[in-house]
Amino acid sequence: MKISVGHGLADAEKRLEESGVSRRDFMKFCGIIAATMGMGPAYATEVAAALTADNRPSVIWLHNAECTGCSESILRMASIDGKTAYIDTLILDVISLEYQETIMAAAGEMAEKALHDAMKKPYLLVIEGGIPMKDNGIYGKVGGVTMLEMVKKAITSKNCLATIAYGTCAAYGGVQAAKPNPTDAKGVKAVFPKSLVINVPGCPPNPYNLVGTVVAAIMTVTKKAPLPALDGDLRPTVFFGATVHDQCERQPFFEKEQFAMSFDSPEAKKGWCLYKLGCKGPSTYNNCPTKKFNPLDKGVGVNWPVQAGHPCIGCSEPNFWDKMSPFYEMEK
Amino acid sequence: MAPKTPQSNFSGPVVVDPVTRIEGHLRIDATVENGKIVDVRSSSQLFRGLEIILKGRDPRDAQHFTQRACGVCTYVHALCSTRAVDNAVKVKIPKNATIMRNLVMGSQYLHDHLVHFYHLHALDWVNVANALQADPVKTAALSNSLSPNRKETADQFKAVQTKVKALVDSGKLGIFTNAYFLGEKKNEAYYLPAEADLMAVKHYLDALHMQVKAARAMAIFGAKNPHTQFTVVGGVTNYDALKPDRIAEYKALTDEVIAFIKDFYIPDLLAVASFYKDWAGIGGTSNFISFGEFPTDEYNLDSRFFAPGVIMKRDLAKVASMDQKKIEEHVKHSWYVGDKAHHPYNGVTEPKYTKLEDKDRYSWMKAPRYNGEACETGPLATVLVAFAKGHKPTVDAVKFVLNYLKVDASALFSTLGRTAARGIECLVTANQMQVWLDALVGNVKGGDTELYTPWKMPNEAEGVGFVQAPRGALSHWIKIKKGKIENFQLVVPSTWSLGPRCAAGKLGPVEEALMGTPIFDPHRPVEILRTVHSFDPCIACGVHVLDAKTGKTSSFKVL
Repeated sequence: MKISVGHGLADAEKRLEESGVSRRDFMKFCGIIAATMGMGPAYATEVAAALTADNRPSVIWLHNAECTGCSESILRMASIDGKTAYIDTLILDVISLEYQETIMAAAGEMAEKALHDAMKKPYLLVIEGGIPMKDNGIYGKVGGVTMLEMVKKAITSKNCLATIAYGTCAAYGGVQAAKPNPTDAKGVKAVFPKSLVINVPGCPPNPYNLVGTVVAAIMTVTKKAPLPALDGDLRPTVFFGATVHDQCERQPFFEKEQFAMSFDSPEAKKGWCLYKLGCKGPSTYNNCPTKKFNPLDKGVGVNWPVQAGHPCIGCSEPNFWDKMSPFYEMEK
Repeated sequence: MAPKTPQSNFSGPVVVDPVTRIEGHLRIDATVENGKIVDVRSSSQLFRGLEIILKGRDPRDAQHFTQRACGVCTYVHALCSTRAVDNAVKVKIPKNATIMRNLVMGSQYLHDHLVHFYHLHALDWVNVANALQADPVKTAALSNSLSPNRKETADQFKAVQTKVKALVDSGKLGIFTNAYFLGEKKNEAYYLPAEADLMAVKHYLDALHMQVKAARAMAIFGAKNPHTQFTVVGGVTNYDALKPDRIAEYKALTDEVIAFIKDFYIPDLLAVASFYKDWAGIGGTSNFISFGEFPTDEYNLDSRFFAPGVIMKRDLAKVASMDQKKIEEHVKHSWYVGDKAHHPYNGVTEPKYTKLEDKDRYSWMKAPRYNGEACETGPLATVLVAFAKGHKPTVDAVKFVLNYLKVDASALFSTLGRTAARGIECLVTANQMQVWLDALVGNVKGGDTELYTPWKMPNEAEGVGFVQAPRGALSHWIKIKKGKIENFQLVVPSTWSLGPRCAAGKLGPVEEALMGTPIFDPHRPVEILRTVHSFDPCIACGVHVLDAKTGKTSSFKVL
């Protein structure tokens, strides 16, 4: 959705300068990314090198069975300080986004050709949406081929360096995979167990977690840094290492056993703990309470569900649609 | 003479698949004869099965599942499900809850329409490459002439031009690769002056940043965007947003977005429209349905700021009230068994995929009909109903637009009219936001901080929720048995507007709109995109009504 997306692999710094991003701003950005990834300030230089290297990969973004909320989420990123370029512009400016159906200008066979051409050289693959498997995948087609075939071609190509499954659908199958999973939808890793897949779940995820993961993946494939630490569900622990509950601003109420027992209670109005109204924060690994959503300045979001008085539904956990529901009942 | 869409004598098939810059997976199959579309099929290409997944679950959870029908028109399904269950359990929600739901919906209208115009639709009219030919000084003069509040400079436009030039020179066009305005030969279907192209490219970028603010405003009440999390059956949960500093934050962001809509979106829309006036004669349909939106009383459809109604055969003198009994869904040309139309209560859903290029059965969407007729829904339907009913803010806005473009009301029935109506709906909604916000502030100052009414889950019940989403008429229908969802159905805007033929062979609205459309270059059929995008398709919403697991009939398929 931005004009500056993907305009080339070379001369990244020069182009950034032309779009009003000074080297100082860029290094500041790289420092923040390094910190986001838990790498420490010294890594800023490494991040910058990885992002401006001539051989860094382009990015192909494929849509499957999904709602496009993940694509939308990435478009809600803002600038670091409210003045310089928006982080999404910056990051997508530096990478080369070759195929993205939601925002690309081309359509039809011209769009297909763009995908075909993009796959001729090394790329990072970002997948949004679950993959319908039932009846050989006929429940989802793009350009006349099933999503299963499309993803298979992209993920098994020798040019595919690594894959990021963005959002709970791509990571674990998502809403269409909830019981009884009518189309037998699956997450990317379940369909392609041999591929290198990093999961960035959430419904939708916090876009910060994608930006950080894209940079980390580029650093990994350009051998500037090792693969970030992943948990058993293949999530980067730097974002998904602690529970929502442990980072929650209402956690002190939990400790004092001060609970809201109904949504109209004085306790709900006072902002007490929502655990007894069904909050799944204790079983959910994500950084929502610290990063929040819809940032504008300084990278901190404006709100998140618990602040808005609504229980966490556990949307970054595998199979949360079945495991965490009923959402308004306490966990068993 | 004003430039016109060029004509060709091409004959043959033209297929656009995927249609990009929409939500979801859509395919358009057209037959062109002597440069004009003579036959066309709109085909949705994805089925997900949400309604089946909902069966047996807690009715309170429905909103979270259905909201994932679509992340572009986020919130609307959450609201619709919540209204359906509110209705089923017969809870009367507090006034402040209605207002807060309206404010979040208002933010969604502002966000959605802004993004649609600049980021999903503009590239059908704006030639980015041609912006390089523009004179930045003249561009600034053009832009500033469109609104007294614009203070744009030649340097700003020069900077954008430099950016575009770097893009073109690099030979790596990213999202613009293979765009229909590119090619060895100029695509003459694009005919904005270079200065207008450059102006629009700059505002495309500005709007990208503005939409972040519109979404942020929405999140103050809605918790996050996409996918709000603040509605519950019985009201809303967000007491934090009643604090004066939160309301002030919402107001500041919203005011900034509204100023952008007034000073940029609407003038840009009118400027682009004035160059493409021949599109006021292309892409029209006949019948319209709107559920209306922004209630003061959740239980009275007639209390909505935009009124519900139905218009047939473009007759603005007669607006019928919407009667849900007149709605049927057809499957004769969809990937389902059977050929009989049913009222949704008696609907039959038995999937049977044939093949990709089948001309008989060709879409996962069903074909809703009102009184046997295909009806367009969306901003044009809402604006026509409000206009015909004499809703003053809408009448004023419509007259302003028609006068500016020097066209009469018949021009509304077109691709251009549809795109203009979206701007009108956005503007009229924007002007009402402060009224709702003042009402909320007044209630809170008066000591009313109620957001939720307690209720009890009945053993058996049924209910319906009606929403006029940014893309049009949306309804959710629930049957509760033993406190669980026995059946849940969604009838969504994109099946109304983009569904296939019905049993009588009547075309769906987008098909009707595309008939006769000129195609100049069959390899770059931007004319198809103009009309398809003017409907703002949201296909994921439209394709979840099939039980693929069991192939069983849904005993309850409503509205």
